[in-house]
Amino acid sequence: MYRKVYVEVNAKFEKDGNIIPQSILWEDGTVYTLDKITNICIAASLKAGGSGIRYTCIINGVQTYLFLEKDRWFVEAREY
Amino acid sequence: MERVILHIDCNKFYASVECLHRPEIRNLPVAVGGSEKSRHGIILTKNEIASKYDLKVGEPLWSARKKCPNLVVVPPNYPLYMRFSKEVRRILADYTDIIEPFGIDESWIDVSSTAHLYGGGERLANIIRERVKAELGITVSIGVSFNKVFAKLGSDYKKPDAVTVISKENFKQIVWPLPANDLLYIGSATYRTLQKHYRYTIGDVAKTDLKTLQKWFGKVGIMLHSYANGYDLTPVYKQELMPNIKSISNSTTLPRDLVGYEEVKAVLFVLAESVCRRMREQGFKCSVVKIHLRDKDLTTVSTQKKLKYPTDITREISETACSLFLKNYNFDKPIRSVGVAVSDFSSFNTPLQYDFFTNSQKKEKLERLDKTVDTLKKRYGNFTIQVASLLKSTDISRFNPHDDHNIHPVGVLKSKI
Repeated sequence: MYRKVYVEVNAKFEKDGNIIPQSILWEDGTVYTLDKITNICIAASLKAGGSGIRYTCIINGVQTYLFLEKDRWFVEAREY
Repeated sequence: MERVILHIDCNKFYASVECLHRPEIRNLPVAVGGSEKSRHGIILTKNEIASKYDLKVGEPLWSARKKCPNLVVVPPNYPLYMRFSKEVRRILADYTDIIEPFGIDESWIDVSSTAHLYGGGERLANIIRERVKAELGITVSIGVSFNKVFAKLGSDYKKPDAVTVISKENFKQIVWPLPANDLLYIGSATYRTLQKHYRYTIGDVAKTDLKTLQKWFGKVGIMLHSYANGYDLTPVYKQELMPNIKSISNSTTLPRDLVGYEEVKAVLFVLAESVCRRMREQGFKCSVVKIHLRDKDLTTVSTQKKLKYPTDITREISETACSLFLKNYNFDKPIRSVGVAVSDFSSFNTPLQYDFFTNSQKKEKLERLDKTVDTLKKRYGNFTIQVASLLKSTDISRFNPHDDHNIHPVGVLKSKI
């Protein structure tokens, strides 16, 4: 099961209009730095329920999707 | 050159958008329905699973729950549907600028001059279908054909998430065996007449002599003959070139039944005011006023009146609506829903010659009043200024038809007939 977790994001607004997220503030207060963004595309999140601009990020060596839905950011969080 | 026209239909649109956003209900029967408390409790759309229970769009929720006890009902979220509708059109706009929306969840596009870049109409339709699924998480069915009517039939033919090609070569096999009422603009009345003459399929209509159809249906007969034979040449209209608006209307189902004239008058006024405001925004004056009444047994009465002079004055329209009401309703049953429509438009600045007895000074005064009220409402909100008599019955009169519902499906007939 997955859930939709809205997160606070630190992002760089580039002069040509691109928005590049730098780090995520997780629910428990931990800040995760994005090591790398490997892909940016528009996509739906069937797991968490939503759609928007999807950033494929590498965080601590693990691939994660970060979505910008209108003006809010969310992550697909796995529930154990 | 043969045209390539695609009709894109979002399958179970409202329900699909809701199911995308709520993964937990995705595998349950889901219906999007209005609020039962304010008695808008009918099914607007349902998902595939709920369809298996024989639920009908427009069916009251209580009856739907009888058929399907574990039905999940979610309230509609129009701003979200508007966003998805726009997103679908954003994808379509990557392939052509000739896009004609038909309601919130359907569009025609003309890709005659671009389809070859993607390997033809069918390939392009599949690209669009895949993109919508990946980017928006909802499915579409697409009809590919050489005219609008068959493209629409194609999108209905196989769904969800499918592409159907109806070409000049195969349309007799695909389209002609379909029941005649699948064809655009064959409603129940037309279909009944056709059945009376032993015409059951679209093929039957196509093979019927043009003169015979014309005798049965007048101008519409000619149209049906051309639709059924694939002769339809109607262009896909770009949104900004859409033919003129033919009528403006607002209607509402009340939170409780209306029993007295005073109450009906208040509701008619609110609706007339919104209709007039929309009409003034378009720069129109109307010559015909129509009202629509539905009693608690869902019997509908509708009646109209032609005005002596075109007008856009709220007071004149609402008074006409009230007089129509008094003439045509005797209150044997309480009223459940009310609608006001205006049509037969002319431009607001067309010169008018009034007769000797018309008080044109009073008309000018009322026009100035309307203009002022419009400005106030626009700047400070709908409820900033109101007619005092409405304050007596705020439970039924405090709604804002001007801004609440912005989804107006456009008629296909437009200026054709």
